[in-house]
Amino acid sequence: MQNTSLQFKKQVTIKLADVRLQDALSRLQSRFVGGRAAVISEIHDLEETRIAAAAIRDHALNNLDYWLQHFEQQATARGAIVHWAETGDDVNRIVTEIAALHNVKTAAKSKSMVSEECGLNDALEEAGVAVMETDLGEYILQLAHEAPSHIVAPVVHKNKEEIADLFAEKHHTPRKTDIAELCREAREILRPAFLNADMGISGANFLIAETGSALIVTNEGNGRLVTTLPRVHVAITGIEKVVPTLEDVTTLLRLLPRSATGQSITNYVSVLTGTKKPEDHDGPEHFHIILLDNGRSSLIGGDMQEMLRCIRCGACMNHCPVYQNIGGHAYGWVYPGPMGSILTPVLGGIENSPDLPNASTLCGACAVVCPVKIPLPDLLRKLREKQMQLGMKSRQETFMLKAWAWLALHPRLYAKATAIGVRMLKLIGGNKKLIHTLPGAGGWTDGRDFPAPAGKTFRELYQQGKHK
Amino acid sequence: MRVGLFVTCLVDAVRPRIGFATIKLLEAAGCEVTVPAQQTCCGQPGYNAGDRKSAVALARKFLNEFEAFDYVVVPSGSCAGMIRVHYPDVLRDDPALLARITALGQRTYELTDFLTHIAMPENIPGKFKGTLTYHDSCSGLRELNIYNQPRVLLANMADVKISEMVESTTCCGFGGTFSVKYGELSTRMADNKCRHITDTHASAIVGGDLGCLLNIEGRLRRNGDHTTRVLHIAEALSGLDEEAP
Ligand code: SF4
Repeated sequence: MQNTSLQFKKQVTIKLADVRLQDALSRLQSRFVGGRAAVISEIHDLEETRIAAAAIRDHALNNLDYWLQHFEQQATARGAIVHWAETGDDVNRIVTEIAALHNVKTAAKSKSMVSEECGLNDALEEAGVAVMETDLGEYILQLAHEAPSHIVAPVVHKNKEEIADLFAEKHHTPRKTDIAELCREAREILRPAFLNADMGISGANFLIAETGSALIVTNEGNGRLVTTLPRVHVAITGIEKVVPTLEDVTTLLRLLPRSATGQSITNYVSVLTGTKKPEDHDGPEHFHIILLDNGRSSLIGGDMQEMLRCIRCGACMNHCPVYQNIGGHAYGWVYPGPMGSILTPVLGGIENSPDLPNASTLCGACAVVCPVKIPLPDLLRKLREKQMQLGMKSRQETFMLKAWAWLALHPRLYAKATAIGVRMLKLIGGNKKLIHTLPGAGGWTDGRDFPAPAGKTFRELYQQGKHK
Repeated sequence: MRVGLFVTCLVDAVRPRIGFATIKLLEAAGCEVTVPAQQTCCGQPGYNAGDRKSAVALARKFLNEFEAFDYVVVPSGSCAGMIRVHYPDVLRDDPALLARITALGQRTYELTDFLTHIAMPENIPGKFKGTLTYHDSCSGLRELNIYNQPRVLLANMADVKISEMVESTTCCGFGGTFSVKYGELSTRMADNKCRHITDTHASAIVGGDLGCLLNIEGRLRRNGDHTTRVLHIAEALSGLDEEAP
């Protein structure tokens, strides 16, 4: 997927004014924030569990080469074929080759954010393979030719009315607004797609090294159909998703659905191991697992490694006051919200996303809920430091910061400068003591007044002994 | 007990009354308060914008000016958080300084945290009467666990009723330079906050960080609300909530 995060500021303006989007986003909070809050307390040792989960992920990342090799051995021993992809294009090439090898004409796909990184659907269509998204949200987006705006609830930016319009137009059926009916309509179209697909494509939430399995958590059951019915199954995920053991996964699974959708457990947890055996009733004859790097390995051993702990639960964006107001598309790439504001610049080039690390108040709501304790605000700040070192900040901003710091290091001058400043601002404020416009501070005064200073600094007054 | 007051650059420049209110409260709690005259800014604007170098210099300056006190009190969760939580990161490359700043950080408190945990005044001199609502500023809340402290103190004021707003812990959109760089977004966040404040029908919104309060007040006034009072917790508790100094 193309990275358009250079347009961030422009997008913010558009999204803030988008009435339908704002309506859809207003529901996000009760559904996900409330949902998480309702079930997270079921984990009585939540903090210990988060620490354990972070430690599991850290261990896997610190020994990534070992666990990936172990995973490959175990998966291969059970009949799967593991492919290594450096870039998204490599993934597309590998999947297209697999499709050609097995004479694949149609593919049914369950949700995979990694495939969004690669733009896989377009590549397959170009190669003559018809792809059908089978996750309801992704199916809606495929009909609408849109990208996901959330990593767990991809279609959260659309309200029911929009979906009703879309189905009526694309399915040529009478317009329905009842959710159950809309789902039934989609199901009727999707069922034959599962049954006829030559290839199933899925993501993987975790890779389990000890058994060579790919694990997926889903709610709609489409994941199961996609991974068991077609004769070829291709699972695509990032190299960082590996964990050593099934037991490790159980710890992570206590946190993932609760953090993501406010469920104690998802409807389906599928552990996909190897190809179909003679005694098996179903399962794919060919099982390919494609592991994408796309810049991830460059984070290992560096100051951004903690980001790779991410288990893609979406809690950070659900709780982010910036995301809550603009939605996911404004961020310009596959991953939105706090985790996206880090992943997009680190995977896609820091110079291509100058706004993302800065467009946060560092309020910390994300870090509090992150199940694997990623210090997201600290990572955002580190990216800002990198921007500063690379000279990416505007001259004006750099000058202001340096001038302020210099002044703060020279208390006498600082006292004089602030004394003059507050007198001027007081004058501008006038009788109402409110400043309506201020040159250079339009960002503030376009939407807010600035309460005028008292006219003398605290230290002036204190030294005059006025506090007695 | 010798307490150094770090008044913060924003209080110093914009609302000095908060500094005097803080002194009044600390003295009511039996503290001997000193205001080091050379103090300026904790360096948070630069630090959060990626200018680590300036933050290092200002952290050292702070250390030299405040190390001698038993405690340091700050009428701001955000600046107290900078000192307690982030200065150790700022000075991480110098083990000797790191040890000293960590120790000083442990003795540095946000005002309400200090009053509830270290030195509680016998009575709260505040005169405010009526209903107020409290905004929990992010750094105080998430870096220093300040949530109950101001509420406990306000509960000591006989004529005060607290009407909680929904999402009192959601960011108001200030975020320092964020409020200017992403003004539109910041304004929308402030607007949401103002709506929640207005819904409580409280006559005052109280908080512990002047930056957030300026943001909230600025949006309330722009929206035409000239009656809801916007007070720092020190003003509300001290009774210095009316006219100048
Ligand atoms: S960063 Fe944390 S909260 Fe955000 S998606 Fe990843 S695991 Fe979830």
